[in-house]
Amino acid sequence: MGFYDVYSQYKNIDYHQFYEELTDSDILKIIHKDRPINEIEFLALLSPKAENYLELMAQKAHTLSLQHFGKTVLLYTPMYLSNYCTNKCTYCSFSIDNQIKRKQLTAEEIEKEAKAIASMGFKHLLILTGESKKDTPLSYVIDAVHILKKYFDSIGVEIFPLTVEEYQQMIEAGVDSLTIYQEVYDEEIYRKVHLAGRKRNYHFRLDAPERGCIAKMRNVNIGALLGLGEWRSESFMTGLHANYLQNKYPDVEISVSFPRIRPHVGVFEDIYEVTDQNLVQFMLALRIFLPRVGITISTRERQGFRENLIPLGVTRMSAASSTEVGGHSIEDAGDGQFEIDDKRSLEEVRAAIFKKGYQPIFKDWVRI
Amino acid sequence: MSKLSIGGVELKSRLFIGTGKFPNHQILPEVIQASESQVITMAIRRVNLDSKEENILEYIPKDCILLPNTSGARNAQEAVRIARLARAMGLGNWIKIEVISDNKYLLPDNAETIKATEILAKEGFVVLPYMSPDLMAAKRLVDAGAAAVMPLGAPIGTNRGLKTKELVQIIINEIDLPVIVDAGIGKPSEAAEAMEMGAAAVLVNTAIATAENPVQMAKAFSLAVKAGYLAYHAKLAEQHQLAQPSSPLTGFLYEEVR
Ligand code: SF4
Repeated sequence: MGFYDVYSQYKNIDYHQFYEELTDSDILKIIHKDRPINEIEFLALLSPKAENYLELMAQKAHTLSLQHFGKTVLLYTPMYLSNYCTNKCTYCSFSIDNQIKRKQLTAEEIEKEAKAIASMGFKHLLILTGESKKDTPLSYVIDAVHILKKYFDSIGVEIFPLTVEEYQQMIEAGVDSLTIYQEVYDEEIYRKVHLAGRKRNYHFRLDAPERGCIAKMRNVNIGALLGLGEWRSESFMTGLHANYLQNKYPDVEISVSFPRIRPHVGVFEDIYEVTDQNLVQFMLALRIFLPRVGITISTRERQGFRENLIPLGVTRMSAASSTEVGGHSIEDAGDGQFEIDDKRSLEEVRAAIFKKGYQPIFKDWVRI
Repeated sequence: MSKLSIGGVELKSRLFIGTGKFPNHQILPEVIQASESQVITMAIRRVNLDSKEENILEYIPKDCILLPNTSGARNAQEAVRIARLARAMGLGNWIKIEVISDNKYLLPDNAETIKATEILAKEGFVVLPYMSPDLMAAKRLVDAGAAAVMPLGAPIGTNRGLKTKELVQIIINEIDLPVIVDAGIGKPSEAAEAMEMGAAAVLVNTAIATAENPVQMAKAFSLAVKAGYLAYHAKLAEQHQLAQPSSPLTGFLYEEVR
């Protein structure tokens, strides 16, 4: 049984009727519950009715986060190795049809970027590529990891989905964390926004996080690209997916990201709105449902908003990001994947975290 | 207060503290001072010697004993490698074994912990294993060469107190090594309770680190541990199910003899 079975079990529920039947006392009971809440209670916290109890939910989420993670936030930064892509996703600048400046880092350039990023103090790195097995085959990524592990304690990958054996090869090379977003759990929308390329295979992508767990990645980070589908059901599925993985693979740390769709070069217009309040509700409900899950907030979000999210349960943040290939050190960098919002330097982000009463951490894993 | 001896070292304080979860490192010297703690634990995976500001060792007084822990290890092999790395980094030869392969509840894996303890004790480490309170596992840890055992009071970070009281009490009664209650203690009163039960020491992190005023909370824990220790050694008066009358009903039986 894979996650698709869980998805199928819930995909046809009548959300509206469920929301209609919820009472205020149902919501309060769930918030005040002393034990872990179940899937249906999680959905109740995502309901329109629960919007009236965001402050109470925030208090609870804050307490749970403090207990489990304390006043610390891990900082990492992304490094784009390549923006070549063979897929056609309507929401992404790297899509094969888009006329952008393509670039792929050479071994020397990777080393140069690594030095520039490491000198800022980063110890955790996330490497990304567009999805092109032709331009960036596994061997290319593995060579990159060999160079990068001299400079970083933890290396994560956000690349095309792999098989279990391929993930094992990545781990042997020195990778310890995997990020892979389903983008959208709704199968119909998935088909509509992924027009061509290997990414059209919904199932191969949906099961990728589980294959990472089987291969024994230390950390697996999942998420939905908020805005592609209706946010409540997408949030619900994301939480169910995290819960499924956490229960089945207790030795893997599961984290969730909350990317909202950002301006990009592309054609996708059919965006479902996700307000700040919606995003906060998702984060709070998730924290109450899964107190130990990691929560990542990227520089897609604006600075003030990011800071206010910290006490609600954020455990990891990216900083000093560039979505351009070679964006940290190379002059003729390739075009970026999307626009980032929080453009502050690492120093500024650090100072802001301290000011919020939290400790920015650069190292949370040691390669052994 | 008599001294606690672990691995041949005599300690005055019976409160060990953790360094994770604090809002910054700068606050540590003051917290340590208020706690009077001499044993300070830190996660090796977090130790960053490259940066002066990030390097936690800069904030721990030189006369404290460092108790690096293997948090992040999922099996015995990883714990052993982390321990060796800690020693190579110059963090001394005390090591707290933490082997956790359950990221949901963070419960320790006793079997793997016993394996790691055996290997590291042979290599000359002073091994303090964190464990689920199970008597047989505690006995095996003693045989494996542990310097103390560290059963949990409740899962890490939960501040739920001594949920495992009965089981910890059995370990205290049956094991000759110091028993240090680790994890779960959320209030000074619970630390005092563990000491009243006869624990040799307690380890506290979350309850101090996430308090509104960590320095004051460290002080409160220090006092509570002392109070509990004194109470235990003053031999707590026994509890009785029935009231004991000052003139017993069967007293007359013995009066004639006199
Ligand atoms: S989202 Fe990924 S697969 Fe789709 S176009 Fe962008 S880089 Fe390629």
